[in-house]
Order: sequence, then C-alpha cells, then structure tokens
Amino acid sequence: MGVHVQTTINGDAVEFACGVDESLLDVLRNRVGLTGAKEGCGTGDCGACSVILDGRLVCSCLVLGAEMNGKSVETIEGMADGNVLHPLQQHFIDGAALQCGVCTPGFLMAAQALLRKNPDPTEEEIRFGLAGNLCRCTGYDKIVRAVQAAAKEMRG
Amino acid sequence: MSLDSHSSDPMNPGLVERKFKVIGSRVARPDGVDKVTGRARFGADASAPGQLVGLVLRSPHAHAQIVKIDTKAAEKLPGVKAVITSVDLPDYTNGDRSMLDILENCMARKKALYDGHAVAAVAAIDAATARKALALINVTYKILPHVTDVDEALKHTAPIIHDHIFTEGTPQKSEMPSNQNKHASYGHGDVEQGLKEADVVISRSFKTEQTHQGYIEPHSCLASVSPDGAAEMWVCTQGHFVYRNQCAILLGLDANKLRVTSSEIGGGFGGKTHIWAEPLALALSRKANRPVKLTMSREEVFRCTGPTSSTSIDVKLGVKKDGTITAAFAELRYHGGAFPSTWAELGAQTAFACYDLKNVQTISKDVVVNRPKTAAYRAPSAPMAAFAVENAMDEAAKAIGMDPLDFRIKNAAKEGTKSSYGPVYGPIGIGPTLMAAKNHPHMKAPLGKNQGRGVACGFWFNFGGQTCVDVNITPDGNVTIAQGTIDVGGSRASIAMAVAEELGVTYDHVRSTIADTSSLGHNDMTDGSRGTFSTSMAAIFATRNAITVLRNRAAKTWEINVDDVEWKDGSAHPIGKGHGNLAPLSLKDLAAGAGNTGGPIAGHAEITADNAGVSFGTHIADVETDPETGRSLIKRYTVIQDAGKAMHPSYVEGQYQGGAVQGIGWALNEEYVYGKDGRLQNAAFLDYRIPVCSDLPFIDTQILEIPNPNHPYGVRGVGETSIVPPLAAVSIAVTNSTGVRQTHIPMSPPRVLKSIQDAKAK
Amino acid sequence: MALSHIIHLWGALRPFADGAPTISVSASTIRELFRILTEKYPGMEPHIKRGVAVSINGQIYRDQWDTPLPQGAEIYLLQRIPGG
Repeated sequence: MGVHVQTTINGDAVEFACGVDESLLDVLRNRVGLTGAKEGCGTGDCGACSVILDGRLVCSCLVLGAEMNGKSVETIEGMADGNVLHPLQQHFIDGAALQCGVCTPGFLMAAQALLRKNPDPTEEEIRFGLAGNLCRCTGYDKIVRAVQAAAKEMRG
Repeated sequence: MSLDSHSSDPMNPGLVERKFKVIGSRVARPDGVDKVTGRARFGADASAPGQLVGLVLRSPHAHAQIVKIDTKAAEKLPGVKAVITSVDLPDYTNGDRSMLDILENCMARKKALYDGHAVAAVAAIDAATARKALALINVTYKILPHVTDVDEALKHTAPIIHDHIFTEGTPQKSEMPSNQNKHASYGHGDVEQGLKEADVVISRSFKTEQTHQGYIEPHSCLASVSPDGAAEMWVCTQGHFVYRNQCAILLGLDANKLRVTSSEIGGGFGGKTHIWAEPLALALSRKANRPVKLTMSREEVFRCTGPTSSTSIDVKLGVKKDGTITAAFAELRYHGGAFPSTWAELGAQTAFACYDLKNVQTISKDVVVNRPKTAAYRAPSAPMAAFAVENAMDEAAKAIGMDPLDFRIKNAAKEGTKSSYGPVYGPIGIGPTLMAAKNHPHMKAPLGKNQGRGVACGFWFNFGGQTCVDVNITPDGNVTIAQGTIDVGGSRASIAMAVAEELGVTYDHVRSTIADTSSLGHNDMTDGSRGTFSTSMAAIFATRNAITVLRNRAAKTWEINVDDVEWKDGSAHPIGKGHGNLAPLSLKDLAAGAGNTGGPIAGHAEITADNAGVSFGTHIADVETDPETGRSLIKRYTVIQDAGKAMHPSYVEGQYQGGAVQGIGWALNEEYVYGKDGRLQNAAFLDYRIPVCSDLPFIDTQILEIPNPNHPYGVRGVGETSIVPPLAAVSIAVTNSTGVRQTHIPMSPPRVLKSIQDAKAK
Repeated sequence: MALSHIIHLWGALRPFADGAPTISVSASTIRELFRILTEKYPGMEPHIKRGVAVSINGQIYRDQWDTPLPQGAEIYLLQRIPGG
C-alpha cells in the first residue's frame, strides 16, 4: 500500500508514504506531524487547512498527498523567521485578531498569500482575499485591521 | 494598591472606586504565540501511543424503531478492535431522567429519534478500516412517522415522539402523552384590560429557523480507559469538569479515576456545554483496551450536535397615542430537538425584559420534534424572542407616529421596574445603552437608496457559578495561576491581569493555565457569560489569601507583628513606629526565603459567584437590500453594551463584534433545511452559509462601564448579550429598506424577494 | 426566629401549591426555604433538585443556599437559567 513521495515542506526535504486517498491535510497532520493546519470541514469551505502550495493558496483538504512529489509546501509552522514572528503573526496577537485561534493558521496563510500578490490592499481587497476562510469568533473586524497594520509595517 | 482598598474580609467583593494599573490595558494573551505559530493543541491535535480511530454509525431516518443491530461482520473485519451499541452503555443513571436523556442522545436505545442519531460505533486501527466496519453493521429499522416542525408537532394529528412525556406545568394534569413537554407563563397585570385601553393594537406572528453555533473546530476527543478502571480523556469542551462528571456517571466510573484535560477549544458558543460522542469514545476504549481518538466530521457536527431551536412566536402590543404601552403579550413555541427542554420558557422570561410594562403576559410551549437535541447558543432563546418583540415595538412606534428609539426610551425598564419575568430590577443598564444609541453619530448618518436602519435592544441573564482558583508563587518570585474555567476568548490573560493588579506586580510576572480535573476542585462550565466574571473574582480572592501569607512571611523575616506589615506595590512594607530602617521585601525576596518561613507560598479560593447582574445592549444596523434579488448587505453596524468594567477592552470588543456577526448570519443566511423525509439537507458550510469577511463592514463598538457592585472590580459578563439584538435590528432595517415588515428569519434573498412581491400583489 | 416571607412561584411550581401564585413561608436562608418547600410541597422536590434560582430583591441566586432572606425582601423562585 501507499505512494512514496519526496517533497519540500517549509524549506525542508521531506519524504513520506501515504495512501492514494489521503489528502495533503491528512499527510501533514498524521504522517509529518504538523498539526497547525486544521480540519474544519474537509470539503474546502472553511479554509482552516489553508497552506501555500508552489506559491498558491490551497485548501490542503482538497489536495492529495500523493500529488506532492517535487512540490513545495508552506505551512503555518514555517511562517516565523526562527524565533522572530512574522509581522502578520505579531499583529494578530497585538490586535486581538484571534479568540479561539482555530482558524488563525488558515487566516495567516491566506493573508500571507494575499500580501505577496498585493502589498497594499484596500479594505475591500483584504475582505475578498480572506473570504475563503471562516471565523466564528471575531466578526472579522480585528482580523482585517491586523492585516492592514501588518501590510503597512511590511511596506516599511 | 494597598490593603485598605478592599474590605478586611478577603472574600467580600467590596467594590470601591480605584485607579487600575493593569486592568483596562491591552496586554498580549499567554496563548497568543502558540496560536499564531500552529503550536496550540486543539481537540484533534493530540495523539496517544497505540491509538485507534473511532467512528460512529448514525441513523439515516428521522424516527425509527431499532429492531435489530447485527455487528458480527464488522467485528470479524481484521483491524477492528471494538464495536459498541447501546448494549455497551448500560443505564447507570439511577432514575435520573435528564441523565438518561443525555445517554440516549449519545447513543440511541430503542428508537432513532432524528436523522444523525448514533446507533453504533467502532474503533479500528485506521480510518479506512473503521469506515469499512461501519458499512458492515446491519441495522434493521422500522420507520415511524416523524415531525420536524414546531407548530406541526403541537397538532393532535402529529406522531407522538416519546410516550413518557406529559405536558408539565399545565393547570390540569395532562392525561395523554404529548410532544409539548412544558407549559409556562410569566407576567403581571391584566393584558385583556390593557388591550381595551389601547389606541392601537399590533398583532403579528414570527418564525425563526434553526441555526448552529458553527464553531470551526469539530468535536474531538482522545479517550483511554484502563482495565483497572482508571481513565483519561483529552477533549475540546466548554467545561471539562462537567464532562468528567457526566461521563463518569454514564460509564459507571468513579469521577476521581477519570482525569479530563481540556484542549484549546476551537469555539463553542454553547455547543460544547453538552457531551455528545465522548461517552462513546470511552466505551470503545474500555472495550478495546486501547486509546481511542474520535473526531466528528463537519456533517456530523451539523446533523447531531446542538443547534438552537427553531421558533414560532405570536406577539400582541397595545399602545396609546402618547407612547404608553398598555398591554404586552407573547406566546412562544420553541423546540428542544428530540428531547425535553426549557428553551421556550427562557424565551418567555427574556422577551419583554427590556421594558417597563403595567400589563404583560408571556406563555411558553416547549416542544419535542425529530431533530437533533438542541443546545444552548449564546444567550439561548433570547435572540428569537427579541426579534419578535422588537419588531412589534417598531411597528407600534410607527403606528402612533413616534420615533422607535424615543418610544423605547419612554418605555425602558429602570431601577424599581417590575420585570416581565417577575422580580423588581435594581440599577440596570438599558437606559444608558438607549441614550448612547440616541447620541451616537451612526443615528445621524444619511442613508442611501434601498437602504434602511434598524435599532433594537436585547436582554440577557448573566450568571456566575462554582469556581476555584489556585495562585502559586514560584521560588523565583513569579506567579502561576491554575484556573478551572475554559478560556474561550482570552480569559487566561484577563485572569492574570486581575492577579497582577491585586498583587501589585506587572502582567509579565503572572501566567495562567487551565488545570485538568485531577488538579483542581470542580468548576462549572464557561457559559452564561461567567468565565471572566466568576474566575477573576475567585482569582482576586485567592490572591488576597496569598497576600495574607506573604505578610506573615515578611513579619517572620523581620521578627515583627503581622499587623505591622502592609502589602503595597508588589512588596511587603513595615508600618508603625520602630520599623523605619527595614527595607521592603519584594515578592522575589519572600519567595526566595519561603523554605525558612513556612514553605511554599500560595493562595486558594473557592466560590459560588452568584449575583452576576443582568445585562442589556442596544444595536444599530444599516442594510442595503437589492430589490431585484432580495439580497441584503450590512452597510454599517454599531454595538452598545454595558461591560461593568472592561478588564481587557480588546477582548470585550471582540465579544461584542463576534456576537453581533453571529446574529447577522442568523438574520440573513443561516438555517437548517429539512426535507419531507425528515433528513437534514444542508449539513455543510457550503450550503449552511455563515458570514464571511466580504459580507461585512467593520463592527463599531461602544463599551459602557457601569460598575457591577457584586464584583471587586465592577466586572460584568459580556459574552452573550451581543447576539440578542441583531436579529431584531437587522430585520427592522430590512423592513425599512424594503417597506415590508419582515417576520421570518433568516431573511434569505428568496424569502425577502417573496415578501416584496407578496406586498406588491396586495 | 425565622421571618415570614411571601414567595412568588413561577408557573411550573404553582400546580404543587394548588395553583397559588404565591405562598407564605417562614425561612431565614435559601436552604431553609428549600427544606420547608420540599416538606410542605413534595411535588416541588424534583424541581429543586434539578435547580431552582431564587431572586432576592432582583438579584438572582442559583447556587448560594446560605444567602439570607432579608425582612420584607421580594422573593421569586425562577427556573434555573442555562447559558451558552
């Protein structure tokens, strides 16, 4: 059983074997030991499992682990630079942009993908850029403000 | 801060005017870094050596007798380690019907009572094997007629769901089993007479559909039961002590042998105040003698865990032309899903609580239907009642040509008002929130084409409950706190702030963690807006007890009388004559010397934090409705609510914003859709649409601080009230944007469009 | 000597007191009140076991049975309230 896969996760070469029906999310959580990406729905509706795959934001529950050969995956565990938090991470804490925090890894990955494409987004662009991620605690207010503050800091 | 700033009784709230150093600032939460780096461990993030995967087989029928369950083929499948049915969960409830209802909801016994009701469960070496095993379980059902609508369930032609339920609370004892489990009535005065005195009578019927709390983290637990009866469980919950107590009863375990550790919780809003699959995981583990991890799918979360009730409400209001309300009446029908509940009664208590009424009566009918057992959802039952009452208030104001906000101000409850649920109010905050709304710039902002504005009030009972806290001084002079209430929105930070404030040290010296059930006494759940209110109170008292110890240790060190020691700004100071040359002893000094002055330094407090005080809020909503599609968008939204004292203003704002947006989703989109077959048709986030970022504007907040005399710092619970006004405020706004009174929640585009077309046809 | 109080009953408790909306009880604390109620009106006992809240002059107590009932206080028995 299983497919042998060689891939890159957060810059590290990683090898794993997985079943043909296992999602990238299953592989990250159950085989690689990275539980930062969460399963909120398993159907691509909530964005809690968001990761960046070859530069593109994806729901890792909708991608097969077996397809990861030669690909590059970025997860929340690789976002900080050593022990220095990414400005998005810091502003999420400082701006109280999380309550329970289960959606936070997905939001941070989505915001990261957004700001790489568009370093100076309008409020509307932020709102649409994050519309694939569900948060039930915050009403999104402080999330949008944290992304605005981080974007400003990152632009320098 | 000095000792004389509070009463000499360390357990006396003793609220006094004070300048805070830590309380009211916006510190970083202790779990923040873990939550932005993916390190925080939620329910599904833990593993145990040798763990099995647990899965549950669920009824596809809304109502069916379980004739036979054949598990032989599943048991023989290689890799399957345990298969359980209700036979493996014998009734240990000892005649406690409410516990038996919980057991029966966790696993169907003779009948499946709703689509999604658990009938069997398996534990296997991996998910694929467990799925195969479920498919091999053969259940023979005899399908019974079902009813899923609250009004239909009350008709005499409806199938009776439970033959042991007789209507409680009726003047005459009911002789026949009924789907109405409870009847209740509240109020005072003479409504009939009041209606006769009225110049205008408003009479309307309203409906709200069933919604789910919609927390992003599905239920998950990791259970491990040893053959000697000792057990451990890791679980996402709003109350691990309550989960421990209930699971121990249902499994026949001693509570002291079941150690429950709470994971980080990925949202709850009431849905994680009940046990669902946890007893199944424990029973599977007991049978397999292996740890079992059981995580629900999103579909399971929708189909079988605690949505709120759908409702049907009739309101009658009599008013005079001068704006006096002469009579107020409501009949509220709520369902509790397949099990008896008191949700309608709670609606009846809260419905008119914002107003000062001479003649008021509410009647509640609690009903069972073939839907999943309903759970509390943030200020349970109040939002639907407020929706109906506030619309009637709005309509009445317009009928007499009075501004709806002025009409509410004129009739607002105040100190001395006899509340609609009985007691006379002490000082309350409805008036100040209404006045703040009247003076808010939002009320004066112009509206555009197809836009409407709605204002509405809401009421909620807050409460306190059983709470205990340990405060320990570490040998290096820092502070650890063990709290037993789950942190759903930053309470670890707020509790540490309270201890830092009381001790006179900075926040970075204090850290709070959630203790497991074997490390601290019982704590009630984080519900009823009690988490920060009651836990901070216990933490303050525990700290005062620790300060008593610290003063004693300083006295011993100095060889003086303890009465000559005061605690100020984080240090012991000698007072009185003759001690002038003694330098203050800091927390660090005293901690370092603790071994020679009596051992470790700690403070403990256990309290029942009753007397939380009732809570009020007023919301202002602007919407724009597309007359072609019926779709409404929120353009501007303002929340005004009393916090007593906002310990961490960002987290208070977060509660206001989050509750408001949950209410907005309920008002505009969210609903359970049941087919004629009694099955839930939209058990996924794609079809059950909760608000996303692009649906919303920023949510403005205004925190009023009217101190609660029953808390040392004046704190009130703030978590729930914010979901009460939105259904009403948004529906009144849509009524104004469309010119058609909205009486059915959610106001989804097809429903609003139809209301516009129906109005035109008239 | 315990003081006599007028106790207001909510609807569900009234059938156990022959439909009366209020009853008169001499009690000095919530605990004593509940003890006397279960003695005089046995039908109320299951309700009290499940949880009854007591409003004393508008302040609602759910658990603190030591709470005194002051002279002339307005006392309401209410359904114990769940939260979310």
